[in-house]
Amino acid sequence: MGGLLRDLLFDYTLRNVALGCAILGVTGGVLGSFAILRRQGLLGDALAHAALPGVCVAFILTGAKTPAVLLLGAAVSAWLGALLILAIVRGTRIKQDAALGIVLSTFFGAGVVLLTAIARSGNAGQSGLDAFIFGQAATLIWRDVATMGLLALAALGVVALLFKELKLLTFDPAFAATLGYPVGALNVLLTTLIVVAVVIGLQAVGVVLMAALLITPAAAARQWTDRFAAMIGLAALFGAASGVAGALLSATGANLPTGPLIILVATAILLLSLLFGTSRGVVWSRIRDRRSRRAALAAVPPPPPNSGGS
Amino acid sequence: MTTTEATLTERRSFRDTPAPPDAAPLDVRGVTAAYRDQPVLWDVSFTVPPGQLVGIVGPNGAGKTTLLKIVMGLMRPAAGQALIYGQPFAQARRWVGYVPQRGSVDWDFPTDALDVVQMGRYGRLGWFRRPGAEERRRALACLEQLGIAHLAGRQISQLSGGQQQRVFLARALAQDARLYLMDEPFAGVDFKTEQAILALLRELRAAGRTVIVVHHDLETVGDYFDRVVLLNGRLVAEGPVGEVFTRENVAAAYGGSVAFLSDEGMWGVVVADMDGAARSERAAANGG
Repeated sequence: MGGLLRDLLFDYTLRNVALGCAILGVTGGVLGSFAILRRQGLLGDALAHAALPGVCVAFILTGAKTPAVLLLGAAVSAWLGALLILAIVRGTRIKQDAALGIVLSTFFGAGVVLLTAIARSGNAGQSGLDAFIFGQAATLIWRDVATMGLLALAALGVVALLFKELKLLTFDPAFAATLGYPVGALNVLLTTLIVVAVVIGLQAVGVVLMAALLITPAAAARQWTDRFAAMIGLAALFGAASGVAGALLSATGANLPTGPLIILVATAILLLSLLFGTSRGVVWSRIRDRRSRRAALAAVPPPPPNSGGS
Repeated sequence: MTTTEATLTERRSFRDTPAPPDAAPLDVRGVTAAYRDQPVLWDVSFTVPPGQLVGIVGPNGAGKTTLLKIVMGLMRPAAGQALIYGQPFAQARRWVGYVPQRGSVDWDFPTDALDVVQMGRYGRLGWFRRPGAEERRRALACLEQLGIAHLAGRQISQLSGGQQQRVFLARALAQDARLYLMDEPFAGVDFKTEQAILALLRELRAAGRTVIVVHHDLETVGDYFDRVVLLNGRLVAEGPVGEVFTRENVAAAYGGSVAFLSDEGMWGVVVADMDGAARSERAAANGG
């Protein structure tokens, strides 16, 4: 364990992986909090899958695996996916959940086809693109982590600056509109921030599992608090903890994949939160219920002796 | 009454809300609206004078909520316009306070009553600025006015329906508006809350504010409001309650599905399964 902690500080690869996963955990936790409170948890899933064809197209166009270029392609493609979801919901009678499913599977399918086509083309240096499906955190180099860090700083900076506006948008968009806030533009902004969170996680956890990092830490955080700011802070903490723990577990030598381990750690945190969360955890709720029932019973006067037996 | 005046003075509200122009609080001119192909409002025109409690009444689907949405620029009319103090809503929003239907938000949102009330100040705060001690103080004063200051720190999902409604009213109060638009504030609240809301409306009127309320309970229209707008897609009638809230007009608004319940001017919607013939007979008997 001591060796592992020393490696965390001094081992180049492990340090990068852990830092990268922490960054994506924080961003996923913060933006995921907005997403699940808006009942848009699955939007992140659709957008993550929709990013895959963008990665492929960016590679086909440039022939290089520069992370910034690939991630830009991913962002554009995820964004188009978001617009398409909106267009389907607005322009047809198809509901949001079906629209999400359509965009998710269509874009992912297109991405897989493009991946196969790229692999067949025998292009040198194409190997490793399929890592975007399940992620490959071990390949993160300093340049990747720096890119992720900058994107995260930008996204979290916007959230900090517009915290009041985004909170109002999440709680009561119609009221926000009557106050004069441009609700349409703020919606687009929030979706863009979720796209950024997705893009940050693509290399490490991949398009299939990214949604879990948006949903799980935020859902766990909700079990501990009834305050929005605290929920966001806790979600960031849980996300970061999952990221670092996943990276460390993966480095213990069993050669297990980092991305899925991160998700499993996040899920473990969620399970503990569902049980022991101080706000909504099952255990505390039971204890509170029992206490109040006892208090209620104690307040009721005992029945008169002759009223028994019915 | 005194609490309102005290609170209003104490809040120095007249300093930061400039007086509105000398025009009618609400002027609806030839508004026509439709959802997809479904027409909802046809050529509705009326004017609301200042300092009045106005009820907007009509059957389900009469376009009451649609009319509010158009007034607040949340929906664009197919034709016509609604002016607030002589101006389009975008230029007049600082004079308007809004109470949406209670069911329009998710009360499971992680926040407390005080925080929701502070949202009423966001329009004044403008971009980027966070609510501070001043907003907190005002929000508390508004909760106080609705008699629920002790619930300021309560998670909003743990409030009763009536308390949630009061939180929404306190939020509108925090907007320090001249014209209040309320969508069914009396819906699904207990008697005590109903009386508290009514008292608030009367305090607002006493302070010279104009309040427009979408309302569904015909029995209370006469008691609660100074003026009534009877809607049924079209404008059936509009004016002082005493002149306009007549049996004929109500019957016209509700398409004859309304029966006269008592001689004291009480009205009620007759529940569905009454035979059509019997219904019209009875309406005729009472009307004639």
